[in-house]
Amino acid sequence: MKNTVEIRWHGRGGQGAKSAALMLADAAFMTGKYVQGFPEYGPERMGAPITAYNRISEDVIRVHSNIYEPDYVVVVDETLLESVDVTAGLKAEGAIVINTTRTPEEVRPLLKGYAGGVYTIDAREISEKCLGKYFPNSPMLAAIAAISKVMTKEDFFREMEGSYRHKFAKKPEVVEGNLKALRMAYEEVE
Amino acid sequence: MATDITKITEKSNWQDLTVGNQIYASGTSRMFKTGEWRTQSPVFHSEKCKQCLLCVPVCPDSSIPVKDCKRQDFDYDHCKGCGICAEVCPFEAISMKEGQ
Amino acid sequence: MAVRERLSGNEAISYAIKQVNPDVMPAFPITPSTEIPQYVANYIANGEMDTEFIPVESEHSSMSATIGASAAGARALTATSSCGMALMWEELYVAASNRLPLALCLVNRALSGPININCDHSDSMGARDTGFIQIYAENNQEVYDNFVQAYRISEHKDVRLPIMICQDGFITSHAVENIELLEDEKVKGFVGEYEPENYLLNPEQPMALGPYAVSNYYMETKMAQNTAMKNAKQVILDVGKEYGELSGRSYGFFEAYRLEDADYAFVIIGSAAGTTKDAVDQLREEGVKAGILKLRVFRPFPDEEIAGALKNCKVVAIMDRSESFRGKGGPLGAEVKAALYDHAANVRAFNLIYGLGGRDFTVEEAKQIYRDLEAYDRDGKAFEEYRYVGLRG
Repeated sequence: MKNTVEIRWHGRGGQGAKSAALMLADAAFMTGKYVQGFPEYGPERMGAPITAYNRISEDVIRVHSNIYEPDYVVVVDETLLESVDVTAGLKAEGAIVINTTRTPEEVRPLLKGYAGGVYTIDAREISEKCLGKYFPNSPMLAAIAAISKVMTKEDFFREMEGSYRHKFAKKPEVVEGNLKALRMAYEEVE
Repeated sequence: MATDITKITEKSNWQDLTVGNQIYASGTSRMFKTGEWRTQSPVFHSEKCKQCLLCVPVCPDSSIPVKDCKRQDFDYDHCKGCGICAEVCPFEAISMKEGQ
Repeated sequence: MAVRERLSGNEAISYAIKQVNPDVMPAFPITPSTEIPQYVANYIANGEMDTEFIPVESEHSSMSATIGASAAGARALTATSSCGMALMWEELYVAASNRLPLALCLVNRALSGPININCDHSDSMGARDTGFIQIYAENNQEVYDNFVQAYRISEHKDVRLPIMICQDGFITSHAVENIELLEDEKVKGFVGEYEPENYLLNPEQPMALGPYAVSNYYMETKMAQNTAMKNAKQVILDVGKEYGELSGRSYGFFEAYRLEDADYAFVIIGSAAGTTKDAVDQLREEGVKAGILKLRVFRPFPDEEIAGALKNCKVVAIMDRSESFRGKGGPLGAEVKAALYDHAANVRAFNLIYGLGGRDFTVEEAKQIYRDLEAYDRDGKAFEEYRYVGLRG
């Protein structure tokens, strides 16, 4: 599909990969794009590998299949690198971003010869520093927004702030922490 | 509009049935004379009856009319002859006979 | 001005339910339709609608209570999927034969077994002979639009039949996409108030409902029911046209996508039609005259209209998302082929099965089938019919 960015998310049930995909779709929608955000369910259990997808396009999206040749891949849980072929079909001109304490050079050998961009981010450190808890999805969301450039940095932060203020209307104290986590992650891969 | 069920019979054309066979009227079962099904009939012996009225509520077809707290003779238009009334009567005021 | 939004299919139909604000919704949760009663219950709890929500103990009860509510004179609905619908089986027939207008929001999911939570059409196709009107959607927009039209069709005096508004489990129910919503007052104005002529809670006119019908009445009753289903055709067209005037999106029995001059066509239902549209556009760029008949209304079945739309095609692939175990394909294949035969449309049609239990269906697979149709037509290459698309082995 022309004018369309396709993103595949790998995570484990309960880590928020599906929610992150939906939040990315939300933010892109707010900037005027056509969007899709959808999960692929296997067993509905916490910890089971799950896949989620985004299509973000200038045009109406009609395709309803999964994504086999993504432009970008996000790996929310690095233990999946051993069990899931995360770079399957990933375009060489695209990139993968992985939540890990390791460097891109250290993880590249695990990526079955993938030659495109490899980014790593320590979402645990960022999340624990900004939120006091481990919620990897906000840092990963910021990282993929920065890498894929599906929207400008200004648009991304404006929409995410609006989204967090709406989502956490009853817990305003967590808005700042989440925004801080987004900023740290965004700037780390920028 | 109320349904005139006398106009709906086993000879009616499909166009003349009501929507979903719904009947817009009440008490229409009175017009269905089930007494004709009877192979045994209850006989009321009023001289033995103490008007205890035990027979009235057990009749499945409401075929024992009550007037001024006293039961009347059977409604043979609707009595199917099941014999429950004769069974419950403590005073042998109801007996069953063969046929209508 | 329409409202630009992004919603999943379940959110979209729940939003339509909120706007219509029916009287009664009994429901029991089952994946992937669970979110519908969940969202509706939230709207009610937040005071955004005043539908009476009845949590029941099973789907047998949810449809029974929906029937009871409709009989009492209420505008009623429920939602379910797969095995949940299977547990309603008896009540589906009861609703239709008693001519009770009501809506069933069905999120299509494969029937057991093996147990599976993902999309295919085996649930609704199994219920195709229950007497429900069945309308299917390609995406969240269509499921929203279809629900807004549902009661206008179901409650119409020439119809008075229950209606099933279907969408593909997970593929559309859980996918967030762009959508255009109508304003509340437009929806309310379009749907109107439900004013049944007769209903059980009317003290002015007592009524009896669901009487026993001996053999002398049964066939006459069925012919009346069948006639109501045939009447639904015109009502569906009228409502779809009027909805178009309101929303800019008109609806008929099917969407003919680049079908006018097509040599090779798919007949397909639901979300996979969208995927196939991309395949068609790519093939057209290569000079292949591909097209689609995306069927929206399966009951009543628009056989004459389908045959008319396909009559100039050279070869057609009828795509079934459910098995009927006749050894020769699925229910859509059987009915479309009968339509072509009855209306003497001399078109070669093949029946294929795809997407069972959530098996993905891709643009590439669609393109390959079109190429196979072309190879059969042009080079006389044998076409493998009744095959399962994407099957291993």
